[in-house]
Amino acid sequence: MKNFFLIFQKELRSYFNSPIAFVVITIFLIISGYFFYNIFATFSTISFQAMTNAILARQYGQLNITEMVVRPFFANISLFMLIMLPMLTMRIFSEEKKSGTIELLLTYPVKDSEVILGKFAGCMGIFTIMILLTLPCMFLIELFGEPELGVVVSGYVGLFCMGAAFISLGIFASSVTENQIVAAVVSFGFLLIFFMMGYSAGFASESIGDVLKYLSFMPHMYNSFAKGVLDTEDIMYYMLFTLFCIFLNMRSLESKRWRG
Amino acid sequence: MIEVENLTKKYGNARGINDVTFTVEKGEILGFLGPNGAGKTTTMRIITCFMPATSGKARVAGFDVFEDSLEVRKRIGYLPESVPLYTDMQVPVYLEFVGGLKGVDRREIKSRVGQVMDDCGLNGVAKKFIGELSKGYRQRVGLAQALINDPEVLILDEPTIGLDPKQIIEIRSLIKGLGGRRTVILSTHILPEVSMTCQRVIIINEGRLVAVDTPQNLTAQLQRSQQFIVRIGGPEKEVLSEVGKINTVSRVAVKESGADGINSYLVEFKKDSDGGKDIAPVIVRKNWALYEMRPIGMSLEDIFIKLVTEEKIH
Repeated sequence: MKNFFLIFQKELRSYFNSPIAFVVITIFLIISGYFFYNIFATFSTISFQAMTNAILARQYGQLNITEMVVRPFFANISLFMLIMLPMLTMRIFSEEKKSGTIELLLTYPVKDSEVILGKFAGCMGIFTIMILLTLPCMFLIELFGEPELGVVVSGYVGLFCMGAAFISLGIFASSVTENQIVAAVVSFGFLLIFFMMGYSAGFASESIGDVLKYLSFMPHMYNSFAKGVLDTEDIMYYMLFTLFCIFLNMRSLESKRWRG
Repeated sequence: MIEVENLTKKYGNARGINDVTFTVEKGEILGFLGPNGAGKTTTMRIITCFMPATSGKARVAGFDVFEDSLEVRKRIGYLPESVPLYTDMQVPVYLEFVGGLKGVDRREIKSRVGQVMDDCGLNGVAKKFIGELSKGYRQRVGLAQALINDPEVLILDEPTIGLDPKQIIEIRSLIKGLGGRRTVILSTHILPEVSMTCQRVIIINEGRLVAVDTPQNLTAQLQRSQQFIVRIGGPEKEVLSEVGKINTVSRVAVKESGADGINSYLVEFKKDSDGGKDIAPVIVRKNWALYEMRPIGMSLEDIFIKLVTEEKIH
């Protein structure tokens, strides 16, 4: 447990000792702020139009700030995470392999699980800071409208679960190569495939389609967390995904010790 | 303390090391000598649990490196050849991190870090990031991280490479000071280093053990005879015949002829004869001038080259 904290601490520190954390977080906030502004501006324009035009108002139905601002906002952020998180995770093991520091790390009396979980937690720390910094957007909505707080909370829980899954896959990709670009491309590619997997459900047979839909990230975010639904099925989905990646990661690290 | 039995490591079809067996006693400093690519690093990596052997066993303090890897790793301080360090950390912060991982008590860690920084001469760079340090200082930080938990066994892969002569002397005396309390394995291809610091030498070539002995014994074993360089001022022919007559001398030859009849002669004595003492009386009796007389021992370089080339011939 002590070793876990030491590695967690070191990992967090090394993100801030290099420009990585600042750059990734800043760019992420610029993009998410820009998209937020546009969603919000569109919503207010439509609201004004609906206020003056009765026909339009009927066409739009009930204008709901939760449905039209909060939900798309979480959908957008999950997309940015898809691009940004591989940038955070690509270095985690690749860098150590490339520079050789893994040789010392693995000859210290530390369990592989402590190394992996420490690094995972360090990356989760940066990621948590990153998404919590988008909270001011929510305060703005709260200031000018009445969003459902439950949806906001469940949306953040969803982002957190999704982030854990993304990061665990990214770290695993990083543990199989010493090249950071390869790690980033592999994790981005696999994340995108998992993200979009539900698309092909329509062309497959019903049973396979169901499996594909279940394995896809998207329905586990947009149809649940982003709507304010905290379903154990979705939480389990992300937890299992994360655990499976961490398991693979442990095997990949461990294989160094027995692979002749 | 360290037992290695029939250790073999294959990389695909290529042999890393082949059937290496040796033991190191507690408190001993063992020199690991061999040309580049001989298998020094491979052996060290197996002992430090970084990679597994294809076959054979290695034990440290009675623990198998494969079965009880954690126990072995607790007792080892390791300095890899490339000195891989986290360049984005400050020296004391890094040492505290490593100390923590290696199980140094939290209350003692500060004083322990201070101690190794003193020992390795790192106080001048306490505020710097490791990435800013020169090669010599990185080497010291590497040594400091190996020493941080006061390990029973130290494994140092070419610890003096890339240091300036003053640092080399400091590091060598530091390592020498470590013996007795700790078991040290030290790899190098710089031969005088071994004769200066190590009690025992292992010579390895192309993955195979070629010799295991003390530096002195190795020198003695391989020396068929004793040789002296003697500079004498006297008529050349007479010197050659008179010195040749001494019954412990097996061969005399002019090595270098100098001005004024002062020549350097190479005098070879028969094995196990304490021949050096017989030569001076002759010179005195003949009233020649003796300018220089020194034995030429076989250096480790000679032994090394001899063993390594003999290997090839077989």
